[in-house]
Amino acid sequence: METVIFFLFAALAVVSAVVVVAHRNPIYSTLSLVLTLFAVAALFVLLGAPFLGAVQILVYAGAIVVLFLFVIMLLNLQKEETAHTDLGAQLWTAGLGAVVFLGMLGLLFWRAGSPAAPALSQEHVSLQGLATMLFGDYLLPFEIVGLLLLVAVIGATVAARRPGQSGSLEEEGIYASGDEPRTDPLLSAPDPRRPSVAEPAYKPSVPKEAQP
Amino acid sequence: MIADLIATLLKYGVMFAVFINVAPIMVWVERRGCAYIQDRPGPNRVGPFGLFQPLADALKFMFKEDVTPILAEKPLYLLAPVLALLPAFTTMVVIPFGPDLAVAGRTIPLVVANVDTGVLLFLAISSLGVYSLVMAGYASNNKFSLLGAVRASAQLISYELPLTLAVLAVLIPTGSFRLSDVVAHQQAHLWNFIPQIIGFVVFLIASFAEANRLPFDLPEAESELVAGFHTEYGAMRFALFFQGEYSNMAALSALGVTLYFGGWSLPGIHLHGWLGAILGLVTLVAKIALCMAVFVWVRWTFPRFRYDQLMRLGWKVLLPLAILNLILVAAMTLAGWL
Amino acid sequence: MSAVPISWYLLLSALLFAIGTVGALTRRNGISIFLSIELMLNAANLTLVAYARQLDQHTGQVIVFFVMAVAAAEAAVGLALFIAVYRQRRTIDVNRMNLMRW
Repeated sequence: METVIFFLFAALAVVSAVVVVAHRNPIYSTLSLVLTLFAVAALFVLLGAPFLGAVQILVYAGAIVVLFLFVIMLLNLQKEETAHTDLGAQLWTAGLGAVVFLGMLGLLFWRAGSPAAPALSQEHVSLQGLATMLFGDYLLPFEIVGLLLLVAVIGATVAARRPGQSGSLEEEGIYASGDEPRTDPLLSAPDPRRPSVAEPAYKPSVPKEAQP
Repeated sequence: MIADLIATLLKYGVMFAVFINVAPIMVWVERRGCAYIQDRPGPNRVGPFGLFQPLADALKFMFKEDVTPILAEKPLYLLAPVLALLPAFTTMVVIPFGPDLAVAGRTIPLVVANVDTGVLLFLAISSLGVYSLVMAGYASNNKFSLLGAVRASAQLISYELPLTLAVLAVLIPTGSFRLSDVVAHQQAHLWNFIPQIIGFVVFLIASFAEANRLPFDLPEAESELVAGFHTEYGAMRFALFFQGEYSNMAALSALGVTLYFGGWSLPGIHLHGWLGAILGLVTLVAKIALCMAVFVWVRWTFPRFRYDQLMRLGWKVLLPLAILNLILVAAMTLAGWL
Repeated sequence: MSAVPISWYLLLSALLFAIGTVGALTRRNGISIFLSIELMLNAANLTLVAYARQLDQHTGQVIVFFVMAVAAAEAAVGLALFIAVYRQRRTIDVNRMNLMRW
């Protein structure tokens, strides 16, 4: 039973992972990654880590990947633009790498064998053991990760600011504008026939703080 | 083993019967309720009080022509309406609907999947609901749909955070992810909405946003985006989105009443056996029905938020409130008040 | 009870990691490279959980928890950078991000 479930989700994970890498449309890649994450979450549950399985779906599939989709749709990314160059040399290197990789894997399994896992104890599955360790031995790393997330939030907010908006990288002089026109492609399409969206002829009298 | 399987299937059948009937009933309630609020009769031709209107609607959906836009991304376009049903019909397995039942010498907990990670599983699966909207919006190849999808992805991430934090605050005094333990805790103490009123308000507002209901139905905003993410859908596919929306509301209502209003339990009543089970189920359904009535009431009372207002409310009001509530509840639990 | 030896999980994890590596090396689209990196992180997570199971300890699971948090931070910052780059150069094709190349 467990073996069947393992192979089911392992196959799903591998196939969808290949689609993630091989599909040229980023939307399909991203949605396929959701399948991979789901399969890996199922394997987590099978390995006696139901908490991590749920967190994997909640955090990865429910938030991170949605963020990817949001950006893909916001930037209107289409299929990849440039073709792959000098495939010949890459192919040889990749082939060599694959042979070495498979050889090492084979050697590993030949030497180590495959010992059976110990029986799954109730204590191992329980959340209490994980929580005690997380907030006991690993409290300092936990706090540091919290700090890291805070830094990431601030960094992301600053980096994604519109040029010209207060606090944007450009305004602070962190990177200068190149020879590109100074219009924001996310705000206005460079179409001379239409008035620019960034500077509407009609200016609503909204106070500056009210704007997002 | 076999007996367990049969018991689980039966329990799933009960919950399925509750959730599948939500949409037709809500169609009637919504239309009559909206008419009542707007002081007009509403649908009153098919059957007494227009009660058979949902049947007529269903027939209409079935016989309508099924159109797929030529430039649509076929696989995603076809998959999206099916996925709309997935979250509600998966998450309901962790909602308890009665006290433990003793049948033929074994104790059966009246919850389909009595797993350790109950609430977490609910939140995880319901966070997948956004994919249906995003896929529908992207695959339709329509600018209004795409705008709806972009809005949906941003809105649902933003409101998932306060929702999750509010739910976590409920779990602190309970000390367990199991919803049946949450109900047991409320039977022994007060119903949670009294000590955690801040958390309840945050949960309420965030669940309106998660269910895409007015005043937060930005992804479909019919006055600006035609019908948003499901503009290109018709016939049965549209009906599936419809069913999905109402089932999601029902699932969120079930979670809400279980977390804050004692779930299937009533204060002061401790029945056991079959009588208790039936009373529990009836109580839960009645509480869900009340919540759904609130959904309808709010929808026809409030105007829609603007997109930047929505984001500001989520990040600058609800999130700090949810964190404040979490700290308060933790402090009160440490002080032994809860 | 356990019928699946841990080495099968490790094999699967190695496969996923290899697929992710291939993606990160061959794709030109910034987002796709990111997706491949997420794939590699997940493969590593699978290994950690598998060893946590084999050694009957929670340490592996705790580390997976941290990896997820770091992945979330990485995705947020990375995507914000891509938006900034797109504003500047109208593409997130990594071959065209050659401003600092000499």
